[in-house]
Amino acid sequence: MSLRFTLAMARRESRTTRRRLLIYIIAITLGVAALVAINSFRANVTSAVSEQARQLLGADLQLGSRWPFAPDVEAVIDSLESAGAAVSRLTSFTSMALATRSGDARLVEVQAPSGDYPYYGELETEPPELWQTFRVARQTLVDPAVLIQLDAAIGDTLAIGQGRFVIAGTVAKMPGDIGLRSTIGLRVYIPAPYLEETGLLRFGSISYYQAYLRIADPAQVQSTVEARDSLFEANRVWYTTVEEYGEDLTEGLDQLGRFLGLVGLVALLLGGIGVASGVHVFVSEKLDTAAVLRCLGTRQRQTFAIYVLQAGLMGLAGAVLGVALGLAMQAVVPQVLRDFLPLDVPFSLEWGVMLAGLGIGLWVSLLFALLPLLRIKDVAPLRALRRDYETARRRRDPWRLATYTALAVTLLALTVWQAPQLVIGLAFAGAAAVGATMLGLTAFALMHLTRRFFPRRADFALRQGIANLFRPHNQTVAATLAIGSGVFLIAHLYVVQRNLLDQIAIETRPDRPNLVMFDIQLDQEKGVAALLEQRGAPVIQRTPIVPARLTRLGERSVEEILADTTGPRIPRWALLREYRHTYRDTLVSSEQLVGGVWFTEEGVGEREEALPRISIEEGIAEELKVGIGDRITWDIQGVPLETEIANIRRVDWARFEPNFFAVFEPGVLADAPQSLVVLTRVDDPVRRAEIQRDLVVGFPNIASIDITVIIAAIDAILSKVALAIRFMALFSIACGLVILIGAIATSRYQRTREAVLLKTLGARSRVIRRILATEYFALGTFAGLTGVGLAAIAGWVAVTFLFEMRFRLPGLPLLAFWLGTALLTTLIGLANSRDVVKRTPLAGMRDFAE
Amino acid sequence: MIIAKGLAQTYMSGDRPLTVLKGIDLEIEAGGAVAILGPSGSGKTTLLGLLAGLDLPSAGYVVLDGQNLSELSEDERAELRADKVGFVFQTFQLIPTLTALENVLVPIELQQASVVNGGEMQRRASELLERVGLGDRTHHYPAQLSGGEQQRVGLARAFANRPKILMADEPTGNLDAETGHHVINLMVRLNREEGTTLVLVTHDVELASKAHRIIQLSAGRIVSDERLTPQ
Repeated sequence: MSLRFTLAMARRESRTTRRRLLIYIIAITLGVAALVAINSFRANVTSAVSEQARQLLGADLQLGSRWPFAPDVEAVIDSLESAGAAVSRLTSFTSMALATRSGDARLVEVQAPSGDYPYYGELETEPPELWQTFRVARQTLVDPAVLIQLDAAIGDTLAIGQGRFVIAGTVAKMPGDIGLRSTIGLRVYIPAPYLEETGLLRFGSISYYQAYLRIADPAQVQSTVEARDSLFEANRVWYTTVEEYGEDLTEGLDQLGRFLGLVGLVALLLGGIGVASGVHVFVSEKLDTAAVLRCLGTRQRQTFAIYVLQAGLMGLAGAVLGVALGLAMQAVVPQVLRDFLPLDVPFSLEWGVMLAGLGIGLWVSLLFALLPLLRIKDVAPLRALRRDYETARRRRDPWRLATYTALAVTLLALTVWQAPQLVIGLAFAGAAAVGATMLGLTAFALMHLTRRFFPRRADFALRQGIANLFRPHNQTVAATLAIGSGVFLIAHLYVVQRNLLDQIAIETRPDRPNLVMFDIQLDQEKGVAALLEQRGAPVIQRTPIVPARLTRLGERSVEEILADTTGPRIPRWALLREYRHTYRDTLVSSEQLVGGVWFTEEGVGEREEALPRISIEEGIAEELKVGIGDRITWDIQGVPLETEIANIRRVDWARFEPNFFAVFEPGVLADAPQSLVVLTRVDDPVRRAEIQRDLVVGFPNIASIDITVIIAAIDAILSKVALAIRFMALFSIACGLVILIGAIATSRYQRTREAVLLKTLGARSRVIRRILATEYFALGTFAGLTGVGLAAIAGWVAVTFLFEMRFRLPGLPLLAFWLGTALLTTLIGLANSRDVVKRTPLAGMRDFAE
Repeated sequence: MIIAKGLAQTYMSGDRPLTVLKGIDLEIEAGGAVAILGPSGSGKTTLLGLLAGLDLPSAGYVVLDGQNLSELSEDERAELRADKVGFVFQTFQLIPTLTALENVLVPIELQQASVVNGGEMQRRASELLERVGLGDRTHHYPAQLSGGEQQRVGLARAFANRPKILMADEPTGNLDAETGHHVINLMVRLNREEGTTLVLVTHDVELASKAHRIIQLSAGRIVSDERLTPQ
């Protein structure tokens, strides 16, 4: 009978509840939808990758190296081929490509394929079926973007080094490509037999050699490569199997999805705030009823259960709606992220994700509802007789403590579950807690200051509007928190993006170089200098580049260090990579000495017996675990050279100019095989293009980069990333608006009552409107100022410590955010309060009398 | 039926203690009608609340139908109220989301010892509403009823669980004179028909005169206890 009564009362009491709480349920709906959409997408991606990994790689095994394969490696490939494997080769390098008709030149990635690769997956050319046939002549296939950027057409001639190739068509689709790729770099395909003709594979060029294999028994691939792992490592050959490719791709896309999911989680948490806000008002209206029930004999827990049941049902409804909306959004997410996806992601229902969304939405809404609902549990039956009677609340209510604890644990668990890594999850939870606390404190401080210092002699409408923010049962703090959170997210994103772009824009200052030329051979230096002088382009910087490999740290060889599993770990990439050194007697503007003494202070000539000195970058010094006085032995094109670390530099890697892990003192590498990098500045883009064209014609091996093109590409990439994040942040904004509308709706009764009273006392409708407008504008100002202020602080933290750049505050845009929030809040508030102004005093008083 | 000994009650008003009752001793026999009379602030509503077990006294005790309320837990006192006490409130205190019939049903549904089935509960509730003259308003919500009609629903609810004791706190306080008169007559009649013990709190002397006994409170103390011949 007791359970039946509880259920019956919950059902009856919810008649008016459903409509009242609907707006807060929408807040949970949005949060659940965000999570379900992105997590379902992640699951869809994982399935798609596991199904399509082979098609994306295009082969069963990929081998690659920066140098031509050593004989031992070729022997392995030969043995696999003898065992029935099909082998394709791909050589790639960067070079300038010149469209002879238009005269436009660009830095491109040249790929020279041979064999039947790709063995799996789709490759589309336009016209179709050109992939094999274009190789029979001096033809080229290009990215569609090449035709646009070089103002070329099919049939035009492309000059690559000394080679001339007719553009036969475009490659519309290549296995594993993402939409962003052409933004990052243009690609051109030439037949492998004509590679030598280009004359571009020479000293100093950065080229890659790859082999793609189709193995008869794919199950043997992993064991095949693992058995030869040490051979590959010794010859600096990396390999990728289908499984590893799929894992890497999944990991990358999963991390992207998890990051976006964190943004969606914020929407869910805001939804929880909305629920707490709505239930708080609901409880205030139900306390009398609860007291009557207690009077009539309902037990404490039973009374509590009646209202918890209602909140639970509303939370369940919100979660179900959220799952449905999330499924609809799931179809949209691939479109938003299409530039980052190398594969088609088919839509499929992910029941685990849906159930998780349902459970999380219900649990979160219940937890947030519990806090205000606890007042029902503690309601005194005596309140039915004396309305002003309030039970003295225990200082340490175990229920309240348990609810807060459960809330904290839930939020922590959700962020850790959603985050790409545990550390990031913990950091996000901590940052969210700090952010929420600061938002709340800022909101309180603003309100307190306003209440205290608002001029008492201000206009009546202004004073009344401000006073309304502090009326009993006001939702000012909750609305400020919710709207402020949404503003914070968007503004913070903007601040970071703006600073990243501003940093890049620094490179376009009049004193900065905007054209970089590299792979200049020593015997070409004079010719290049003459060309630049002829074109009125000053040489701003001339930097020699000496390629080298690290062979020893102190007494230990690289092989010994790699084999040592007990000592301090030094990353493999730092030991095995190809280094590019330079030599000079000064620091450059992107460098700062942080330890030791610069070379010139001791004088080169005074140190005849000592080892050659180098200056090392602090980051690589930390990776290699070396310091001042330590010795490093290099292989400079086959010649061993032992050096001593004389000092440590800090390098601003964000600067668009040659930066180096190691700088040699003058006189050591002057006779070593080297190439040059030259930087110049040409303001006129047409002259810049002409210089690039002249370089290609006169010196086909020299590559040049127009930095303004790079900056435009980075801008485009950042904009796409920001778009994806903003898409998820929209859920938070929507939650904030829902809470705002709800906050306005719940206090409609009070506003109407006040308006009726004021009108009865003689106030005109214009005055009522001004009061309302003041209230909403102040609310929007609090929220906007809170969000924008904290966004500026968080942006400073991110830019300064995460990106290690100088922070610049985008004042005017933030001001626009602030004012925009205030105006939007005012408009929404006034729109929802139209009937408040229209109500006649008599009609209003009749309503209140009843 | 009700025994109160050394009853005292002190509340915190802000940061200062406020003593509302200062040592009340009284006994109320079964079947009688007792009016507790006093001006506003005399402690009569507080006394009513303590007699009904809605709160625990700062000092003293109350025995209700043989049970010391101080020895019972909050839920046990709630059970006791569900079984033995009916309430009539000054502000009617109908649950706004329930119909008239559903409001009357609440005490019946709460009775743990009830063995009546759903049909019988409905019949009892409908019959009570008939007796108070609202047989044709069973499905109306409180917002659709006048003040007098709401108080009549309150009366029907108060008798729904066949209480031994009826506690009425200013039952006509929010009604006009004529409606209040009508409600009081109804309450007295039902009280007589059901055989309950009536404890009525009022500041209205004329209303108090309808009881068998008038206990006057002033400043938290009983200043007179007079037995009358009922009107």
